[in-house]
Amino acid sequence: MDTTLGMSTAVDDNLTLPPATDTAAAPRIDCRNIKVFYGETEAIHDVSMAFPDRAVTALIGPSGCGKSTFLRCLNRMNDTIENCRVEGEILMDGENINDADVDPVLLRSRVGMVFQKPNPFPKSIYDNIAYGPRIHGLANGREDLDAIVEKSLRRAGLWDEVKDRLAAPGTGLSGGQQQRLCIARAIAVQPEVILMDEPCSALDPIATARIEELIDELRNRYCIVIVTHSMQQAARVSQRTAFFHLGNLVELGDTSQIFTNPREKRTEDYITGRFG
Amino acid sequence: MSDHIVSAYSEELERLSAEILKMGGIVETMITDACRALVSNDLELAKEVVLRDPLVDAIEADAERQIVSLIARRQPMGHDLRMILSAMKISSELERIGDLSKNIAKRTQRLDDNVNVEMRNAILRMAQPVSHQLKDVLNAYATGSAEKARIVWGADDDIDLHYNAVFREMLTHLLEDPRRITAGAHMLFMAKNLERIGDHCTNIAEFVYYQAVGDYLSELERPKQNQV
Repeated sequence: MDTTLGMSTAVDDNLTLPPATDTAAAPRIDCRNIKVFYGETEAIHDVSMAFPDRAVTALIGPSGCGKSTFLRCLNRMNDTIENCRVEGEILMDGENINDADVDPVLLRSRVGMVFQKPNPFPKSIYDNIAYGPRIHGLANGREDLDAIVEKSLRRAGLWDEVKDRLAAPGTGLSGGQQQRLCIARAIAVQPEVILMDEPCSALDPIATARIEELIDELRNRYCIVIVTHSMQQAARVSQRTAFFHLGNLVELGDTSQIFTNPREKRTEDYITGRFG
Repeated sequence: MSDHIVSAYSEELERLSAEILKMGGIVETMITDACRALVSNDLELAKEVVLRDPLVDAIEADAERQIVSLIARRQPMGHDLRMILSAMKISSELERIGDLSKNIAKRTQRLDDNVNVEMRNAILRMAQPVSHQLKDVLNAYATGSAEKARIVWGADDDIDLHYNAVFREMLTHLLEDPRRITAGAHMLFMAKNLERIGDHCTNIAEFVYYQAVGDYLSELERPKQNQV
């Protein structure tokens, strides 16, 4: 995709890129020796892993294993937590995102995030999408902004359901629609990476299937990292899976290998339901 | 391996593997009894072996129902997944072994008076290593041992050698006395059945190995000696 900021063209009709499955290409994000501290307590112990572009990487592990904390490092969401300190390098395009001169707001437009509970702004559907492009100056005038809103909603698979009620409040949508609205909102600012922290745990199976279908489409354009408690979901949507336990990265591999023949006993015990 | 948090899941897996072993036990006696019936010309025993086959089929069908239910309800992963898939494959291999043993028993009932004792003994000599292979592979399954499975897998060429020897010996008997041809043809099929049973044991060994380690025994390592 076009990763430069300052988009000025109208709707990009080229919505179907050929699927990219080459996960061996240069990583979109490369994490080296990441440690996260809450006060004196080390919560993540020296984790190094890379996230390939145009692929979904799932982070799995029991509650408190550090997967969400690790995910939040990737767009510096841990900055907002007092006492939280991150060590190590997180490289995007060769630049360490933890460097002092990196603007976290700009970073978060490149690394979008979708949360467990859909959190649309208490604004219209249109404004939910338009907000980001407006503050980042991505649109030249109303027509351009309309195009971005339409494109984002289309990519999130929501356009047909909301095109006749763009002025209605986003909070009036169903849970699954709200989550797709949040994904559309993240897409609107042209991110390179989309982080998802249990994006389906508040949704019913049908809405979950829609989101999973969407994730599969989005992976043709973005690097996606998803934290999920559902191993079946990780197995369904991801190409790579990382298993975390007690703040350590225990095992990282192709999803089919992790779920059929894990190398580590702790992974085996977790995925087969033998933990504890 | 430690137990699942959901104990009913562990119990279901244990029940499935017990079912496979039960099936294996029945099939094991079918081979030995079929060959015993042949050597001692015990037609009652041969008939009884034939009657055991529906029981094997019923266990296979039941195991399959359990497997479908486990996949649908438990979404097995890792070793559990491999165990369940192997059970499905192994049960159909055992069912085939049951059929082939039944076939030996059926042919025993059709033999005429022209068969001599050497011919009967030739089949028995071949049946012994085949029974051993089955016993060993069931033992590998019961203990989940990749190493035992690998040994069974590597021993199949021995059975192929036996088969070649029996084949030649039968031909000699037939050449000596053409009245033996009908019975001899039956006995060549018996030998072929035993050879096939050996192959099924090798297949079972492959599934036991896959279940244990998650990798496939490479077909390249094993020498092929059967030229018939």
